[in-house]
Amino acid sequence: MTALLLRDLRLAVRAGGGFGLGLAFFLIMVVLVPLGVGPEGELLARIAPGILWVGALLACLLSLDRIFALDHEDGSLDLLATAPIPLEGAVTMKAMAHWMTTGLPLVLAAPVLGLLLNLPGGGYVWLVASLALGTPALSVIGTFGAALTVGLRRGGLLLSLLVLPLYVPTLIFGAEVVRRGAEGLSVTTPLLLLAGITLGSIALLPFASAAAIRINLR
Amino acid sequence: MEMTVAGLACARGGLPILEGVSFHLGPGQVLILRGPNGIGKTTLLRTLAGLQPPLAGTITAPAETVAYAAHADGLKAVLTVQENLQFWARIHGTDTVSEALEAMNLADLADRQARNLSAGQKRRLGLARLLVAGRPVWILDEPTVSLDAASVALFAGVVRRHLAGGGITLIATHIDLGLEEAAVLDLSGFKARYQSGAFDEAFA
Repeated sequence: MTALLLRDLRLAVRAGGGFGLGLAFFLIMVVLVPLGVGPEGELLARIAPGILWVGALLACLLSLDRIFALDHEDGSLDLLATAPIPLEGAVTMKAMAHWMTTGLPLVLAAPVLGLLLNLPGGGYVWLVASLALGTPALSVIGTFGAALTVGLRRGGLLLSLLVLPLYVPTLIFGAEVVRRGAEGLSVTTPLLLLAGITLGSIALLPFASAAAIRINLR
Repeated sequence: MEMTVAGLACARGGLPILEGVSFHLGPGQVLILRGPNGIGKTTLLRTLAGLQPPLAGTITAPAETVAYAAHADGLKAVLTVQENLQFWARIHGTDTVSEALEAMNLADLADRQARNLSAGQKRRLGLARLLVAGRPVWILDEPTVSLDAASVALFAGVVRRHLAGGGITLIATHIDLGLEEAAVLDLSGFKARYQSGAFDEAFA
């Protein structure tokens, strides 16, 4: 199964697009917001947690349709479905590769961008922590959406519509962690809920994704 | 390794297209499927490969014993020939990449990116995957598309070696591979009769 992860990482790095796209979108969005809102430090500091989380979420959404579409086009998905590794494991590896190429760079870039948005000092630790904890859920939920729409012509729109509502709880609790952290309040409750969403998604959704792929390959 | 198929019926897009397909293959036997376009050769092969469930009937060879090669080769354009094959070898837990490259006459191209291969070379690489899968049943859907005469002969030799090792091969093809020992099954006789209510059954 690590072979699949390594192949996907290698493909993402060599093909360029997959790797940089999400990060570039995140950078552009967060750089543009202060320009659009104006130089009011207090206002920026107040909206910073929300903007950073919405940016990370949309950046994740951008590359979701690539998770299975390319493998479906060139026939690899058929071959993976008949391979000796369980399809549940294969989709988990796909989600992990997506997180490592999309979510992880966002986590690393977020503190720098927090600076641009005048995020208060206490928020940085919780920004990194909440993104590190929450973005795996975005990748796993997104993989489920991609599995549902694999093989559909122009499935991208449907994929976004399916996945966005599922992203909402992650967004709410993720941004809440950063907001409370920035204001110096206790972050325990939203952080635990965020962890719960991520762990629950990782535990359950690979089975749903694999079932969806099996049905879509028929 | 043996493969017995009895009373198999399969559907494409929810509509039954084949029914009553039965055959038996012992070790070292090869079956060539024939029939006009659209009769359901690909559908039958996908069913046998375990990619879709049959509507009825039984297949004794489990999907875990089947290596399936379809129209799409499952190649990644930005990986080299070696890397493409190495990936499938690792997925299948085998270590016969160099032998497979040699057998399909790809050793000289090992470090070339798959996007720079010709159509025939891609096909040879796609077929080389069968050799690293290490599975006894080969299910091949039009394997000779875009191969030249020399490559067809090369591939026929590879199939013969597989059969000599006790393997089983099913091939859907319109081109003569030169496998004189092959049994031929014409699917025209197994076309599913149109039944009223077939729609409802398919979606039930």
